[in-house]
Amino acid sequence: MGKDYEVVIGLEVHAELKTESKIFCGCSTAFGAEPNTQVCPVCSGFPGMLPVLNEKVVDLAIITGLALNSEIPDYCKFDRKNYFYPDLPKAYQISQFDLPICKGGYLDIEIDGKKKRIGITRAHMEEDAGKLVHQGNITSTPFSLVDLNRSGVPLLEIVSEPDMRNAREARAYLEKLRAILLFAGVSDCKMQEGSLRCDANVSVRPMGETKLGTRAEIKNLNSFRSLERSIEYEARRQIEAIEDGEEIIQETRTWDEEKQATRSMRSKEEAHDYRYFPEPDLPPLRISREWVEQLRDAMPELPNQAEIRLQERFELPTYDAAILTLTPQSLAFFDKCVELYPQPKTVSNWMMGELSRLLNQNNMEISECRFGPAELARLLNLIDEGTISGKMAKAIFEEMFASGSPPDQIIKEKGMTQISDQDTLSKVIDEVIAANPAVVEDFRNGKDKALGFLVGQIMKATKGQANPGAVNSLLRERL
Amino acid sequence: MALTIKEVEHVARLARLSLSQQDKEIFAAQLGTILEYASMLNQLDTDGVEPLDHILPVFNVFRADQVEPSAPREEILSNGPLVEDGQYKVPKIM
Amino acid sequence: MELFELTLHELLALHSNNEASSQEITNSVFMRIHQVEDDVKAFISLDEENARRKAKAADSEKWSGKIAGIPFGLKDIFCTRGLKTTCASKMLENFVPTYDSTAGARLNQAGGVLVGKLNMDEFAMGSSTEQSAFFPTHNPWDLERVPGGSSGGSAAAVAAREVPFALGTDTGGSIRQPAAFCGVVGLRPTYGRVSRWGVVAYASSLDQVGVFARDVADCALVMNLIAGRDSRDSTSLEVEVPDYTSFLDADIKGMKIACPREYFGQGVDAGIQEAVKKALHKYEEAGAIVEEVSLPHSEYALPAYYLVATAEASANLARFDGVRYGLRDDQAENVIDMFAGSRSQGFGSEVQRRIMLGTYALSSGYYDAYYLKALKVRRLIYEDFQKVFKDFDLIVAPTTPTTAFKIGEQTGDPLTLYMNDILTVPVNMAGLPGMSIPCGLLNGLPVGLQLIGKPFDEGTLIKAAYAYEEVSGTKCLKPQGVK
Repeated sequence: MGKDYEVVIGLEVHAELKTESKIFCGCSTAFGAEPNTQVCPVCSGFPGMLPVLNEKVVDLAIITGLALNSEIPDYCKFDRKNYFYPDLPKAYQISQFDLPICKGGYLDIEIDGKKKRIGITRAHMEEDAGKLVHQGNITSTPFSLVDLNRSGVPLLEIVSEPDMRNAREARAYLEKLRAILLFAGVSDCKMQEGSLRCDANVSVRPMGETKLGTRAEIKNLNSFRSLERSIEYEARRQIEAIEDGEEIIQETRTWDEEKQATRSMRSKEEAHDYRYFPEPDLPPLRISREWVEQLRDAMPELPNQAEIRLQERFELPTYDAAILTLTPQSLAFFDKCVELYPQPKTVSNWMMGELSRLLNQNNMEISECRFGPAELARLLNLIDEGTISGKMAKAIFEEMFASGSPPDQIIKEKGMTQISDQDTLSKVIDEVIAANPAVVEDFRNGKDKALGFLVGQIMKATKGQANPGAVNSLLRERL
Repeated sequence: MALTIKEVEHVARLARLSLSQQDKEIFAAQLGTILEYASMLNQLDTDGVEPLDHILPVFNVFRADQVEPSAPREEILSNGPLVEDGQYKVPKIM
Repeated sequence: MELFELTLHELLALHSNNEASSQEITNSVFMRIHQVEDDVKAFISLDEENARRKAKAADSEKWSGKIAGIPFGLKDIFCTRGLKTTCASKMLENFVPTYDSTAGARLNQAGGVLVGKLNMDEFAMGSSTEQSAFFPTHNPWDLERVPGGSSGGSAAAVAAREVPFALGTDTGGSIRQPAAFCGVVGLRPTYGRVSRWGVVAYASSLDQVGVFARDVADCALVMNLIAGRDSRDSTSLEVEVPDYTSFLDADIKGMKIACPREYFGQGVDAGIQEAVKKALHKYEEAGAIVEEVSLPHSEYALPAYYLVATAEASANLARFDGVRYGLRDDQAENVIDMFAGSRSQGFGSEVQRRIMLGTYALSSGYYDAYYLKALKVRRLIYEDFQKVFKDFDLIVAPTTPTTAFKIGEQTGDPLTLYMNDILTVPVNMAGLPGMSIPCGLLNGLPVGLQLIGKPFDEGTLIKAAYAYEEVSGTKCLKPQGVK
């Protein structure tokens, strides 16, 4: 099963644009405020209110288009999308229908070393709706509460072409898109806060068929994991249904995390007729080429450019370059560290290894790390100088992560300087030799492994602080 | 020509209006008359005519990205028919 | 002569000479209101206590604003902070806004004293003020007749000398038509001239705030106060506001006046055509050049208007869903029933009819045939005017096809009522400024002369209106239906 079918996936991503104020009024966009404390008559849809467009929203939309290789047309406008819902104060959403700010575009993903280009159909600006709070879930709640803080927050809706063929590609697309949006500085992309939301359109068709199958839309996926799982489930569900002779209905579905299944959200309501028409309260936009070029010139380095730079200038493998450029924060950390300790591969190893492990364990972002790139650079220098061993460095690193203290301070406090002094080492070596005559005998008889035991004993006696290299050479001399 | 009752019901549903049977019949007739009158626009050949969707010769009207004080919560909620926990309370969705 | 009988500029003159205090003026106005309101019923609500308090403060604090201490009225479509704003609808019967409209605020800032909120057709949808959910207003010229609409209360209040001036709104003729029926001056400015912020929207691309006054000079004074860019209304233009009183100059020699033949068709009462033609003679006598022109798409403006306006209205009125303000059906068990219940109980039949019409015109399968088609016809109408204004300064025509009709006479058939707007809607469709000034009586009822100008050329309108006023003897006509 599944071999005869092709899964076709398109993603619709809503990104909250990183502005201080809302798209059509001056209310703050800050997350987490008490309900209805960041609203005004405009974003609450009171009678007689009118929208005024936040210029920064257009800037960020254009920057996104440039980052996604889209065409920015000379002219675009807003339209009203009409429907009734308690969290939509005007009972219409100001959006863009037929003349969006960005047309076409693409981004490249890499799976198992192979590049694939995913097309982007369009991106458009729109306002967010408020939030409905239920008691329990939406079907069982006896009432709902409406909080309009989020109403009017600027969104960019980015629609991909249905170019993805499996859950991995979909995930890679979303990861790449997220990285691009972060690097371009247009959105915080915090999926858990809702500043990045993803809907997946999934359909299946017999292999070789060019016509698209009926698709289901899976809404509001708020993690990479639920994206992958829901696509896998939905593809299976559709294929099974077709094999059973059932028809696939075009509908909206939701991902049930508990049941690990998609569920239909079809109500008795007929499909929405949004009755789009041009927004009369907002004059249209003329986007000059100068405006676009000005924004293009000021654009920060994007993930692809950074990856290439890391590979070319620092000779890092593609794998390393891809990981380090997942977020602008990790790239910045890397760049700064390499500035102070110019051995990129070592830095990369430590970042992808120890640092990554500790961050994941503690559910932290690199921006929350208690120490900075300078401290890591210092630690690496200390290893090179022989002041500490690699093994000691790992322990110090853990302490740095926990306390934020710089390595020198930790070494001083814990007396963790590596012992390389010949006299001190010789004394310990002599003691260990004296205490283990049988092992020494074994070594002298050709058992190389016995040396390791003796080294271990010496390390134990020095609480791990003996310089392993020095120990090895001194020990061999003695024996 | 009058609209059908089904058409009236469909439009009423889109507009969230609840109509009595009598209302539906009256609207079916009245809307039909008005739309028939409006269809005289078909006498005009408008091929190639650009729709006039923005009457003013104006573009790019913006405000700066600056935060202005929001309304005090009691004020903004003051006209709310039913308010609980600082939010508007509505009956169940489904 | 009583203070309430004086025009705004006469009151300002007395006030600045300390010959009449704000309190004296306000007292006179309220005395007049109480004298005639039972007959005229122009007001939905009066704010007497606050008004008297403001008048007192204007005197004691010696307010220096341009209309310091002068009373005025606002159509109940202008949001007023702390004062009920109903749009003559059950839906907003108890709605108290927490903000003032920009136009109203500018009058307040100039020291004006708001007297009360004036009656209108519900949500500005109507031509007689009979669609008010509360009660109809009566024409001061004949109390059995309508004052026109939708700004009927504003027109009647000014005609009956209850207030020296009032603001209204004009989407399809709702200032000009009642001004004509009530024998007062009504000005609808160019779309974008005056801010719409805080004015409950009917049709966003057609609505405009305007002035009712007893003479043209008053109109110019008020325009000076309310016109000009508002950063909160993206459709209010950055165009310099001239001193409109500088256009109060009767010399119109050489002014080129166009007279569109389509406005003199068989639907227009012969007596009205006669009165307008007399007015055109007066213009010629004063040295203007009058020529007949054609606005060939005129008859298509009304059907196009009823598609565009109702489509926009269907969206603008969708926010009245019972969630955050307005009437809520609290018996509803779920949200969809709550929406439908609230709206059906809150909206009158004309409002529901227009919402239905607009929704239909935008709906899937009909958008191209109706709404889009209407927008294309709108461009043809706009271009008609553009062509004429290449060679002419002004267009002059009748304002209405008939004089004021009797209350109850036209409530049977919606289409008949819509026909009242046939001479006024083309102006809204083209976004132009239009004015109605009295040009005589027909069987004891006022006739309106309509002046239409180029975009942002209210100055020419005011000049031409003033010039006519000076020679016509139709200024400040006193209605015969009230004391």
